[in-house]
Amino acid sequence: MDVRFKIAPSGKAVDETGLKFDISDFDGYAVEAALQIKEKLNAGEVVVISLGPDVVQEILRKAMSMGADRAVQLKADAVPADSFAIASALAAELKDGGYDLIMFGRMSIDTAHGATGAMTAELLGLPVVNAISKLEFDGRTAKMRRELEGAYELVECALPAVVTIDEGIARPRYPSLKGIMAAKKKPLDSKPAQLPASRLTLDALALPPERAAGRIIGEGSAVVPELVRLLKEEAKVL
Amino acid sequence: MSNNVLAFAESRGGDLRRAGLEAVAAARVIADARGGAVHAILFGASGIAAHAARLGAHGADAVIVVEHAAFAQNNPEAVAATIAARMSAFGAFVCAASATGKDIAPRVAAKLQVPVASDATAMTVSASSVTVTHPGYTGKILQTLTLTATPAVLSVRPGAFLPKEVAKAGTVEQATAAADPAASRVKVTETAAGNAAKLDLGEAPVIISGGRGLKEAANFKLVEDLAAAFGNAAVGATRAVTDDGWRPHSDQIGQTGRLVSPDLYVACGISGAIQHLAGMRTSKTIVAINKDKEAPIFKIADYGVVGDVLEILPVLTAEVRKAKAQ
Repeated sequence: MDVRFKIAPSGKAVDETGLKFDISDFDGYAVEAALQIKEKLNAGEVVVISLGPDVVQEILRKAMSMGADRAVQLKADAVPADSFAIASALAAELKDGGYDLIMFGRMSIDTAHGATGAMTAELLGLPVVNAISKLEFDGRTAKMRRELEGAYELVECALPAVVTIDEGIARPRYPSLKGIMAAKKKPLDSKPAQLPASRLTLDALALPPERAAGRIIGEGSAVVPELVRLLKEEAKVL
Repeated sequence: MSNNVLAFAESRGGDLRRAGLEAVAAARVIADARGGAVHAILFGASGIAAHAARLGAHGADAVIVVEHAAFAQNNPEAVAATIAARMSAFGAFVCAASATGKDIAPRVAAKLQVPVASDATAMTVSASSVTVTHPGYTGKILQTLTLTATPAVLSVRPGAFLPKEVAKAGTVEQATAAADPAASRVKVTETAAGNAAKLDLGEAPVIISGGRGLKEAANFKLVEDLAAAFGNAAVGATRAVTDDGWRPHSDQIGQTGRLVSPDLYVACGISGAIQHLAGMRTSKTIVAINKDKEAPIFKIADYGVVGDVLEILPVLTAEVRKAKAQ
């Protein structure tokens, strides 16, 4: 079944009744990629950070059950639509350094601007490579691959740096029972997010128009001439 | 605030990309509403200036050309620094939401301490703000967002703003980069073009896409054959198939891959998981071929054919060739 969202009575939010929150796809890849780096080097610490209301604690616990060492919640009543506001709060938290690599998903699945990682890097004065599909290290140099439309590029950058993760790097592992138990004891530091006013305002939400119901025109290769006729005369795409 | 708009004239490998012309078309919407001019900024190695005339012929009143050997490859640090340094003369910056544009826009916005609205599919313009339609939740929710900061920084979804020729030529100005492009901390060491003859998924009017129903990687030949018969088709795949290594990740259509809306989408041996539908449900016409008549793909297919994709594809390819030959 295809899922259709419902819009809350305010007209400005998704009705969250019955929805289960999870790590956004690309952020899940980023957590997995971070864990693999730590496991390979057998050193370092993986810290996960999220901005939002207390529902994000569930997501931070999941990342810790996958293997992250500790978590930080930047507490806000809601996640603003404005990526610059989010990046400002993240940069305020991260300005004192103490990391070699900051990893983001290339975009969230819900607000889907794909801007927070690069903006955070700019605010921190760090180099950033967006939407990478491969990541290796040669000493303190990160060697990466970025997919373009119909092409790709190989990119290098010295650490510390910011990267945003695309498809192709890692599928997130499932937390083990042992991992889930261990995550309950790992530190989760919750503090208020230093969010500036949002200057990208959400005015309204709408559902896209529904497609007409599907139609099966027949079975087997005998129906192919009819299909081609329809593509030509009805859909006019041939 | 200036009523002028700066558009990012995206290039790659010494060629101006259609994305650059679309950015000019979208910038034109803002500039026309405010009575301003569109300036296009074009980066590249020596010789890129040859494309300035095409930008003018598509609505750029002025073209700023920044040539440097280090712009032969993408150089987002120096590009973003140069754009940001010029923005005091503009009320808005527009680029395409392409891989390159989505890399540039947030950098420019953050340097100017303003938000970015990504992937706009439509916009309305007032004297002091730009309101966009932005597809969120993989296109399942359309958000109306207003940028109240100045300048307005936005990227536009490929295909949403179509380039238009005008009977006018833009002026051309040669400029230098605001940051040394050779000193960027991020270095592109190689750009490997895919198959040059291959149409990009975002630009192809027809997409033939394959899933697990093809049973093995070698059978993708049947999908490629059908694409070749159409002549204007690109080949896509489901995540199951790219995860198994049958096709490169860049071919994946779906929630975590490409979001496409071609005139015709032919789903071959694809059951229609919601993550896949998220990437192609806005296609104008959808054909599905699948042996399971209960497969979810048939709920959104305009023309469903129940049957073995391995048997049907060669017949369809032959029929399409015949139709094209007429």
